[in-house]
Amino acid sequence: MRNMKRAVLGLAAAAATAALVLSGCAATPESDEPTDGELTPVTLQLQWFAQAQFSGYYAALDQGYFEDEGLDVTIVEGGVDIVPQTVLADNQADFAIAWVPKALASREQGAGITDIGQIFQRSGTLQVSFADKSISTAADLAGKTVGNWGFGNEFELFAGITEAGLDPATDVTLVQQNFDMNALLAGDIDAAQAMTYNEYAQVLEAVNPATGELYQPEDFTVIDWNDEGTAMLQDAIWANSERLESDEAYQDTAVKFLKAVIKGFIYARDFPEETSQIVLKYGPQLGASHQLWQTNEVNKLVWPSPNGIGIIDEGAWAQTVEVALNAKNLEGTTVITAEPDDGAYTNEYIQKALDELGDLDTTGEAFAPIEVTLNEGGN
Amino acid sequence: MNSTSVARTARAIALGALGIVLLGVIWEVYKLLGPAAGFELFGVQLLPRTSDVAMPHLWDMLARALAPANTSAASQPVWLAVALACLSSLGTAAMGLLVGAVVGFGLALVMLRLRVAESAILPWLVLSQTVPLIALAPVIVSWGGRVQIGEFEWQRWMSVAVIASYLAFFPVAVGALRGLQSPLVAQQELMHSFAAGWWKTLLHLRLPASVPYLIPALRLGAASAIIGTVVAEVSTGAKGGIGRLIIEYAQSGSSDPAKAWSPIAGAVLMGLAAAGIVALVALTLGRFRRNEVTA
Repeated sequence: MRNMKRAVLGLAAAAATAALVLSGCAATPESDEPTDGELTPVTLQLQWFAQAQFSGYYAALDQGYFEDEGLDVTIVEGGVDIVPQTVLADNQADFAIAWVPKALASREQGAGITDIGQIFQRSGTLQVSFADKSISTAADLAGKTVGNWGFGNEFELFAGITEAGLDPATDVTLVQQNFDMNALLAGDIDAAQAMTYNEYAQVLEAVNPATGELYQPEDFTVIDWNDEGTAMLQDAIWANSERLESDEAYQDTAVKFLKAVIKGFIYARDFPEETSQIVLKYGPQLGASHQLWQTNEVNKLVWPSPNGIGIIDEGAWAQTVEVALNAKNLEGTTVITAEPDDGAYTNEYIQKALDELGDLDTTGEAFAPIEVTLNEGGN
Repeated sequence: MNSTSVARTARAIALGALGIVLLGVIWEVYKLLGPAAGFELFGVQLLPRTSDVAMPHLWDMLARALAPANTSAASQPVWLAVALACLSSLGTAAMGLLVGAVVGFGLALVMLRLRVAESAILPWLVLSQTVPLIALAPVIVSWGGRVQIGEFEWQRWMSVAVIASYLAFFPVAVGALRGLQSPLVAQQELMHSFAAGWWKTLLHLRLPASVPYLIPALRLGAASAIIGTVVAEVSTGAKGGIGRLIIEYAQSGSSDPAKAWSPIAGAVLMGLAAAGIVALVALTLGRFRRNEVTA
């Protein structure tokens, strides 16, 4: 009898283990579907999980714009420790999305990468404070507790503080901030770092204990680094420099890829609601109203693009490089130590893509953002 | 099963349940009576705040777990999303434990056979566990990205499983080695007198003798595999797992705090489930467990 029981238990254990192992195998959907022989496989590495920050890429994927260009694009999501520009330099992705200063830093470390499309024309980084703290310019930060994320996200802030005639080391109290906004809401820090499309929305999705309603924009003031003049360029499409130089097929793919991405961002601009639904399909755990907000805010960073979407503006580039060269963080280091060489960016491919797209509205002069109502928790 | 063992089982279950209830009571009592701003000593937060953002009520968490994750029509309830994510992570962890156990046991056999190997390998094993996981994860993902053999393509979850096995193999290797070396000289000499060779001694003496050491080692290995899986999922953003879900829900930590606790509770339950599965495996080896040794 005892042996019988043991055998049954053994069977149960074996079955449970086998089921787990199998479910592990089945956890990821098969990605290698038989592809049409004519499509060129392309891998795009993002900085983070699927979210509306990458609206245009997902819209292009969903709307078949990549296929129209003969590309079979796989979008690889990022993670906490995934550095897209390194993945690109290691030849494990064909293109990568990265912020310009971080990519320039990697470039200085030897990563052979080139900015071929500056999708975000503006910086989305803010310092957010409660309105009663009266902090609306960098100069107002004097004597305040200022949150920042560190890890290279802090240089616009440090440059802004320095520009305002303050010493980051002594005139403000700088604290490392978590990726949520609890410290701001609890009053631990006076001014918190926030992206317009993410953390700023998070505070507007939180309930104000004083009113029982959600916080309202008038409850806060923001410092916008675009206004302060220390903004740095953010999301850009980076390509592998070496392949760009020697591989004609890759050059061709780059133009096609950029064309599809441009069409994706035009779609996101013209159909923000549909776009946020597309993003939700790829990230079903995200909040729906939060993603609509994010789509709208990202549109504001992209549009209008007076020179055409993706064109790298020399002035904005020069400002980014200047801040990257001069702004020192608390450790006294700058983002880069020398001017990047000419290979750091090129408008050649994005211009070609814009030319080939002809009469599409690639500047978005008439762009007007929509009004988004956030739900509690961004749900 | 006789009546005393039924009573004992019932008692164990009741005590286990009591422990969980007690934790819940402590949570709510602290929330009610604890200092609203928490307690700070020399700038280090020792006790948490009691606000609804920092410590949501248990019933709020439960209600949130039953509600849909977001307002889109296709949204699953939070508990289902958490359960599916746990299942996925548990699968990855099981794979990691399996690989880790095989590698660990293999290493133990090598170290048993060759004294030189023991002195040479053991320090490296200890050293291997001091490498910080977050440093390791991107490297393994990067290596994995280079693996492509014919139709086989390396997936992100496989990197996660490798990291889990990296943590899991260590207790198994150490435990198995101790177990395999546990038979007394007299017992070994008896086998020798039977003209039993190394393999026969291994099969009939050393392997059975190793079981009491192996089971706690496996239990430790399972716990390590779970931790490795969750951390690696956070680190690499591998899709579908509980680690990724923890991050995704934590993003609404300020605005929907009750939601962020669901995947954490899920991860705890997953750990318990893993321990349960190892216990089931252990039961089948009951006849070798004369006296279990704590690892």
